[in-house]
Amino acid sequence: MAKVLMKGNEAIGAAAIKAGCKYFFGYPITPQNEIPEYMSRELPKVGGVFLQAESEIAAINMVYGAAGCGVRVMTSSSSPGIALKQEGISYIAGAELPCVIVNISRGGPGLGSIQPAQSDYYQSTRGGGNGDYFHPVYAPASIQETVDLMQEAFDVADKYRTPVMVLGDGMIGQMMEPVEFFEREPLKVEKPWATNGTKGKRKPNIINSLFIDPQALEDHNHRLEEKFELMKKNETRVETFNMEAAEVVCVAYGTTARIVKNAIENCKKEGIEVGLIRPITLWPFPEAAFDEISDTTKVFLSVEMSMGQMIDDVKIAVAGRRPVEFYGRSGGMIPTPEGVVQKIKSILGRE
Amino acid sequence: MQERAIFAGFGGQGVMSMGKLLTYAGMIEGKEVSWLPSYGPEMRGGTANCHVTVSDAAIGSPVITNDATCLIAMNLPSLVKFEGDVVAGGVIFINSTLIDIKTDRDDVHAYYVPANDIANDLGNLKVANMVMLGAYLKVMHPVKEESVVETFHKLFTGAKEKLIPMNEEALKRGADSIVIA
Amino acid sequence: MAVVFQKTKGLTDKPFSYCPGCTHGIIHRLVAESLEELGLLDEVIGVAPVGCSVFAYEFFNCDMHEAAHGRAPAVATGIKRVHPDHPVFTYQGDGDLASIGTAEIVHVAHRGEKITTIFVNNAIYGMTGGQMAPTTLVGQKATTAPYGRDAALCGNPIRISEMLATIDGAVFVERVAVNTPANIRKAKKAIKRAFEVQLQGLGFGIVEVLSTCPTNWGLTPVESLEWLEKNMIPYYPLGNFKSPKEEK
Repeated sequence: MAKVLMKGNEAIGAAAIKAGCKYFFGYPITPQNEIPEYMSRELPKVGGVFLQAESEIAAINMVYGAAGCGVRVMTSSSSPGIALKQEGISYIAGAELPCVIVNISRGGPGLGSIQPAQSDYYQSTRGGGNGDYFHPVYAPASIQETVDLMQEAFDVADKYRTPVMVLGDGMIGQMMEPVEFFEREPLKVEKPWATNGTKGKRKPNIINSLFIDPQALEDHNHRLEEKFELMKKNETRVETFNMEAAEVVCVAYGTTARIVKNAIENCKKEGIEVGLIRPITLWPFPEAAFDEISDTTKVFLSVEMSMGQMIDDVKIAVAGRRPVEFYGRSGGMIPTPEGVVQKIKSILGRE
Repeated sequence: MQERAIFAGFGGQGVMSMGKLLTYAGMIEGKEVSWLPSYGPEMRGGTANCHVTVSDAAIGSPVITNDATCLIAMNLPSLVKFEGDVVAGGVIFINSTLIDIKTDRDDVHAYYVPANDIANDLGNLKVANMVMLGAYLKVMHPVKEESVVETFHKLFTGAKEKLIPMNEEALKRGADSIVIA
Repeated sequence: MAVVFQKTKGLTDKPFSYCPGCTHGIIHRLVAESLEELGLLDEVIGVAPVGCSVFAYEFFNCDMHEAAHGRAPAVATGIKRVHPDHPVFTYQGDGDLASIGTAEIVHVAHRGEKITTIFVNNAIYGMTGGQMAPTTLVGQKATTAPYGRDAALCGNPIRISEMLATIDGAVFVERVAVNTPANIRKAKKAIKRAFEVQLQGLGFGIVEVLSTCPTNWGLTPVESLEWLEKNMIPYYPLGNFKSPKEEK
């Protein structure tokens, strides 16, 4: 298929439909509105259903209902709206239902701003809702990667019976880049647990996250834990760049990683070798990438559009073997390659 | 080659479209492209802008901060806001119908294009953006003019097809307004 | 031997977890019987709430979802949009529906979702231990209203049926009680009718059932039935508030 020029938000919708998603429940919030707008236009054409819910809370609970019926379903929102959805996400994780949640994140806390930010790292990777759970979080850096990961997200959701989050920022949502949709058959997964009426042929199916007996809940938590370990093993995704002789290794995800790549080029011109670890999955975090570090590497630098959230995972992964520094901008201010270069020089004492 | 252009003006001047046309034309030519708009309250009757990168190599950051190779300013607030973001030796296009001052920068090339006047002559004020784009393409060559015309044919279909001759004419008049010394 | 009574197939063999004298059991049976009599058990998908009837998914003999507190109408919407040809119902208490889930119930009615809601109003939070509900009567004591509900402090009790009846998409709205055999028969009729309205694709239907809570009211089961009659029915009048037009 030829490349088409698409806005990130619309490309997300198109990729979801390609992946066989027929149901969308959402609520308006900037900067992701083109997703529900696109779905309201396109889903009826493929026999699907778009419904604008009365709130983010209702939307995620509609997703919970639809997912329990065994269909591919999604919702999208932005940071404060995702916070409202966390209740439902926790239930979906607890009841082990597949669905995709897109977060085109913005600055916070509170109403914050509508500009790009990465301050939802904690809320995305630490199980923003109650209870012991994790779900995969994909952090694409380009529109092409967004499209590819959307299709992946639906497959992984079905494969593990888990909610999956695709985390972009306002830049991913709003910018246009050429994309190519690769033909990819959606993973076929039997869903004998789905509620579609017993037809008098089986026992009732129950979609539930309540285990009132402590032993039953602990057993459930152990089973979930096994699933999380399996996802860690099989679904971790990472890109590494220019690592061989790097003095400094930056860690950055999403659009920030692109800015860091520019900074790396600029450093190279000045004779400073800088590497990049770009987590493509924020959960599972690509800890193994930190075990293959060159002897030349003196220090890690976490670069984020936040006051420093992913740095916690970087520190866990580095495990004290090197110092970990931080550079970030927040509130919708976007890091510049110059800013990153300056920070690198200052760390190396070469100002 | 990497062109990093900021298109800016007030809502309704078609600055987003200018940027999209350039981006689309770049894609047709097989170049790496990105288009990043301002959004939100800014878009509701205020100033609007978009960042366009057209490049032979993969594009890092789509954000243009202080390294624009070019600024296309359709109104005064846009010139004031963004002229500092153009690199030394870069180019600024100024819609001289609406902007009656000169740029403060003496280390850039400035072109003053009476885009609204020319569009008025053509009988359609709405094509002022295409006049400006024509002027821009005459000076900077991130894409060929033919690619932009091809883009017209891809984007203006159905009822919009009749707009193509007017837009082509606007591009040409914009280009003609530039006298390269 | 002649069969004089048989438990409905709409209920599982799981013993109810309700307190002695609580009328949830009767209401469960009315819903289950209606589903069985209408031949819906093989197709129906139900949604259980949070509250005393949180385990409803263990009692109804059909596919069930357990919903978060107040969200059953949204969950039911998701189910119904996937399965427009399957009957879908929610079973909710007054804390669930009339407090935390007001947005969801108003909008499920507003959209005219073709689902049936059984709304159990016993004027108190039962599961959590007798706290004040939005439907708690003025002067009625609750663990969070130890001096009795004060209208100046927390408003008058909310009348859900009257409110929902004003919404176009709600086509069947009726309030019933289960305090006497006669009222129980009327309740059964209303519940069955609400499912029929759904099957006819006419819109949203709700049956509000006035119910007792002997444990948290601090009364015996019999006293509770009398208290319901004397105190609740005058404030929450029984009757049909809305029916599809051809019926009138």
